[in-house]
Amino acid sequence: MTERAPALLLPAWVAQVALVALLGGCASKPQGTVVLLPDGQSRDTAVLVKQDGGELLLDKPYAAAQLTSRGPAAQQSSAEQVQAQFGAALAARPLPPASFTLYFVEGRNEFTAESRRDFDAVFTEIARRPVPDLVVIGHTDTVGSATFNDNLSRQRADVVRNALVARGIAAERIVVVGRGEREPVVPTADNVAEPRNRRVEIQVR
Amino acid sequence: MTPFHRTRCAALLLAAWALPAWADIGQVKTRKGQVTVERQGQPLPVEVGMVLEAADTLKTGPDGAVGITMRDNSLLSAGPNSILSLQRFEFDPTTSQGRFDAQLQRGTLAVVSGRIARQSPQAMTVRTPAAQLGVRGTDFVVSADD
Repeated sequence: MTERAPALLLPAWVAQVALVALLGGCASKPQGTVVLLPDGQSRDTAVLVKQDGGELLLDKPYAAAQLTSRGPAAQQSSAEQVQAQFGAALAARPLPPASFTLYFVEGRNEFTAESRRDFDAVFTEIARRPVPDLVVIGHTDTVGSATFNDNLSRQRADVVRNALVARGIAAERIVVVGRGEREPVVPTADNVAEPRNRRVEIQVR
Repeated sequence: MTPFHRTRCAALLLAAWALPAWADIGQVKTRKGQVTVERQGQPLPVEVGMVLEAADTLKTGPDGAVGITMRDNSLLSAGPNSILSLQRFEFDPTTSQGRFDAQLQRGTLAVVSGRIARQSPQAMTVRTPAAQLGVRGTDFVVSADD
């Protein structure tokens, strides 16, 4: 009996190893995670996760996909779980671009009184950032052709760029863009004069 | 000089003039620990303020992290032990049309999509070895396990 004991134990030990190997083979190996985060500006937001085994649309805050060899598995994550796994990546996130909109006195290359104050605030924002770069984007209303407005918006942006350079910002840190009439604040029909659409946006990044 | 040659010279000049604008796709805004960028096969040290080019691959060490702002205002930041390739970036600031393909080969990545994805919901893709993410917007995290 004592001699047979090891022979009886051996199959149990083999079975245990086999069971672990079997479970390991069944459970598909994790390949990664995707989590949709809440969008601060509450815009429509979604990520479509595609794998060979299928696809999954994440469109709610903290909706998550576990990536596996058999396709994405739906899960619900949380702020705590995201912080635990992605804290270092989130801590390295750059400051979001800050946006300032400036308006001109009608028919003149001169800021309104309110916009003069906003222009000063741009420099406070620049000082907050270690390596600021600026985008100056001109916009028009819908009076005139699209091509005319592309040029006009660019000219307005150039006025602001020159004002920034005059206040000591290096020209090579400023990108100037004319968006023409593509992005109105107040949507209008074509050929409508709308002072709120005649503006220049400064983005500090 | 034939008209053909003149045209070709003009095209070459235009290409040479346009190149710097296209080469600048974004900028390193934050860096922690060891971070390098592989550019045309050469590893370069990464400093805050460094200008990035298409096809750059960022690598972070065990203590490393890096944050970048792309020209379309997309924000990408990678945690430790990560490899992130900026495979393709094209952006027309006037129309907001463009194409952005990034690949996280390893590690962790946080993304806020920018003007390219807002303009065209099919225009931004983040890949990992296991999956392809179609970015409709805006804020998400993804990991690529070894």
